[in-house]
Amino acid sequence: MNKQPIIKDSYQFGFHKPESSVFKTPRGLNRGVVEAISYYKKEPDWMRNFRLQALMIFEQKMMPPWGADLSGIDFDTMYYYINPSDRKFGKWEDVPIDIRDTYDRIGIPEAEKKFLAGVGAQYDSEVIYHNLKKQWEDKGVIFVDTDTALKKYPDLFRDYFGTVIPAADNKFAALNSAVWSGGSFIYVPKGVHVTIPLQAYFRINAANMGQFERTLIIADEGSYVHYVEGCSAPIYSKESLHAAVVEIIVKKGARVRYTTIQNWSNNVYNLVTKRMHVDEEGFGEWIDGNLGSKKTMKYPSVYLNGKGAKGEILSLALAGSGQHQDAGGKAFHFAPYTTSTVTSKSVSLHGGRCSYRGMVKIINGAKGSKSFVRCDALLLDELSRSDTYPVNIINEENVTLGHEAAVSKIGEQQLFYLMSRGLSEAQATSLIVNGFIEPIVKELPLEYAVELNRLITLSMEGAVG
Amino acid sequence: MDTLVITNLHAGTKEGKEILQGISLTIKKGEIHAIMGPNGGGKSTFAQVLMGHPDYVITKGVIRLNGKNITMMTPDQRAKQGLFLGFQYPVEIAGVNFGNFLRMAINEQRDLTLGTRVKKKVSPIAFRNQVEPIAKSLGFSEEVVKRFLNQGFSGGEKKKAEILQLAMLRPDFAILDEPDSGLDVDALRYIGDVIQSLDYPFGLLLITHYQRILHYIKPHFVHIVVKGKIVKSGDENLAKEVEETGYEQYL
Repeated sequence: MNKQPIIKDSYQFGFHKPESSVFKTPRGLNRGVVEAISYYKKEPDWMRNFRLQALMIFEQKMMPPWGADLSGIDFDTMYYYINPSDRKFGKWEDVPIDIRDTYDRIGIPEAEKKFLAGVGAQYDSEVIYHNLKKQWEDKGVIFVDTDTALKKYPDLFRDYFGTVIPAADNKFAALNSAVWSGGSFIYVPKGVHVTIPLQAYFRINAANMGQFERTLIIADEGSYVHYVEGCSAPIYSKESLHAAVVEIIVKKGARVRYTTIQNWSNNVYNLVTKRMHVDEEGFGEWIDGNLGSKKTMKYPSVYLNGKGAKGEILSLALAGSGQHQDAGGKAFHFAPYTTSTVTSKSVSLHGGRCSYRGMVKIINGAKGSKSFVRCDALLLDELSRSDTYPVNIINEENVTLGHEAAVSKIGEQQLFYLMSRGLSEAQATSLIVNGFIEPIVKELPLEYAVELNRLITLSMEGAVG
Repeated sequence: MDTLVITNLHAGTKEGKEILQGISLTIKKGEIHAIMGPNGGGKSTFAQVLMGHPDYVITKGVIRLNGKNITMMTPDQRAKQGLFLGFQYPVEIAGVNFGNFLRMAINEQRDLTLGTRVKKKVSPIAFRNQVEPIAKSLGFSEEVVKRFLNQGFSGGEKKKAEILQLAMLRPDFAILDEPDSGLDVDALRYIGDVIQSLDYPFGLLLITHYQRILHYIKPHFVHIVVKGKIVKSGDENLAKEVEETGYEQYL
């Protein structure tokens, strides 16, 4: 790729001829790059300043000294912005054969395959999306990509953006804040229940699967929404860093469920900050599945800010050869009678490593609060590894706290039993693994659950024998 | 053909402890053989070795099923050849739906072109229709196939679930390892009735410590196994004899 100079001229940016020019910042990150992104997007001053300040924070922040080994990340050689509609698509032939093979074997439709592999821009779901969109819009629901939201709903956007996860939260939140692009913006008005899950999948051509996407969900009082992001089929990315930020505001009596299945190709560092603020009697749920990537660091958190607020985190991790899934969840009890549940299930195979990292904090005064954490790990072979790093900080006496953890290996007796009925070792293993993660999979939308089961069966075929 | 022939079978643990010391036995389809003997005599090991348990090593001898040498086969291959083992201690598997698992097993076994075995896969509806009457005659509710495999089953339910699997899988030869332990009289009768009701010829090897179950499943032959060998064979009367006199005379 040729390095492009940062150009301060709108014509040369290609604003007028997007169909023939590609806007792309040069490799590496500096003030000029951040300014160019903001300029290209025609953002208001406050957002440009927000980005620039975030860049300063990013430059000052240390890499996290804990968690997955991130020494392989080279910030200087990366591209931080490529206009998604101008994104150059590679050739189908260039997509790694194992990924193409996986698509075939789990039965992904042709058009979708090309999108997932990053060689096609469109996935033919526009019609479905538009029909659904009309239903939502009639109720006042806003569901657009985040860049559009900034333009179309500037006041609403500014009221909430960055309020749940400030740029200074951590190095990767700062990075995202400086260079963010794409993602979803959802606003659900008071009392509105969105009955069909909103799926980013339906509008994947809107670049929601970018490297630095930024998602903001606001569920007003008494409303309900289920948002589903990502997909269980592997997504091939040439870019090696994915640093997203997801902010969710659950107002009084509202409920938000956020389901993610992450299956990036195994060259990707996946470092995502996700947090929910839950008001009085509100209910926030994270269902977070991590299958792909090289390293993942992701700990969805719930801040239970109002009396009686509830938070639930279901975390699923699968680590194969060369992968480290450092995942878990955090629950902060800032008000009385709040409850949280964290359930983590991890499967390590082929020398992969899963770490559960979690935190429960109950502040003084959050009386009558309850928290229960359960983490189960399954190891499929001697090479694989599982660790648990739970932290509990409890400053209130009148609380209930439970923690259970178990590590198990696939039992020879279980295998023999299933094989004695005619199942191959691979079939038997995948049945056991699918059974192990069933409590989480049953919470997924059906099509994801089906695909996930097939994927696990597929990965087990190489796991044994 | 149509036989399970075990010739001079020697087997032991991976650590080298020999347990089976030359067992020979021929079972024809339609025959019921009971294996009796004292605890620690090798009865259960015999069952596990026949099914191919990886903890045991066959050091000598041959097992032929319908003429095919299955001595070196893996458990799933043996199952596909038409062998079944009803476990003494059925294993609990969390999160695995009993019905889905059983239908998968049936379809897996029907994948091969094997003499009497049917090739057609069973649909979920056909499966339900077949499993319900059998479940009922074992005293199960039809909901049993919606539960997780053996998980939370009582001891008796686990044993009956093995018989349910046997009746659905319709093997050519079945080994039942102490199907009677922990069962009440009603459950014993259910098991006996279901086995009797199977409308095709199959061979049955029934391993038991007590002759109680033999009232419900009448054997054609009884063999006494002591110290890894068949020390005496006879008919039904042999079972009555050892019930009265015990195994001591064979030790």
